Amino acid sequence: MSDDAAAAPEPWQIMRQNMEIITLGIPWGRRLGFRVTRVEKGRVWGTQPWKERLVGDPDTGVIHGGVLTGFLDNLCGTAAGSALSDARYVSTLDLRIDYMRPADPRRDILGEAECYHLTRNVCFTHAWAYHESRDRVIATAAGAFAINMPRPMNTMRPGNGE
Amino acid sequence: MASEPTLTRAEEVAAFIARTPLAQELGMRCEVMGDEMTAIMPFQDKLIGNITIRAIHGGAIGAFLELTAQAQVFLAAGHLTRPPRPINLTIDYLRQAHAKDLYARATITKMGRRMCSVQAEAWQDERTKPVTTLLAHFMVSGD
Repeated sequence: MSDDAAAAPEPWQIMRQNMEIITLGIPWGRRLGFRVTRVEKGRVWGTQPWKERLVGDPDTGVIHGGVLTGFLDNLCGTAAGSALSDARYVSTLDLRIDYMRPADPRRDILGEAECYHLTRNVCFTHAWAYHESRDRVIATAAGAFAINMPRPMNTMRPGNGE
Repeated sequence: MASEPTLTRAEEVAAFIARTPLAQELGMRCEVMGDEMTAIMPFQDKLIGNITIRAIHGGAIGAFLELTAQAQVFLAAGHLTRPPRPINLTIDYLRQAHAKDLYARATITKMGRRMCSVQAEAWQDERTKPVTTLLAHFMVSGD
């Protein structure tokens, strides 16, 4: 409507400007070591580095499936939050993961997630994990997220303890 | 068949947890009683997913449940040479997991020759109020 409304940044714009702090308030996210690398409205990209401590089978050095669960859960949740026009907390209702092929050992995993539908209370998301491109996926995810209470915009910027 | 001293199934489960880096990272352990098993993940700050409400991260709970399901497959199948490989899984997040220990049990719904179906649930204060449940399929032989 007014110029003021047009000037007010949307949540995804604040997320894009502060990508490095998206995992800051998430100790388990820091432990996994993943990063969000790109944000658009309702769509995010990220990287999950290979780490010795995240391995699921020491004979092969392949990262455990549970790491992908955490990574894709977070990417889906971030995509859900970025799709909203006012900042809200979201929480995972359910998450379905299909493992297409094992990840290569000692290799970073790339991921992307999109929020493909929104209702008043729920965000529906898809995500993909791969090494090179979505033509050769390691795993896919489908997650539904509950839209919860409003989130103060300042919690999405640095220096606010979140 | 190799003529090494055979491990009991409980020892196989313990060996699986001990040699799996992610299980060690989560700090989990398994208590085996005959053919029953309870997995325990003591609370640690690094497991938190939201520092404002100090809830355990859904991804950490998912990984804990997936490892619990794998351990249960080790217990049921016995003498697996490799960890069971997940085909797919569904996780339902029912309640917030607070900053305290988490427990989990898994049930093998069906053990086939190549694949098996497993259900698992995690709880904190009351077993009848699960925090998170998991339904998963694993490959148990070949690939």
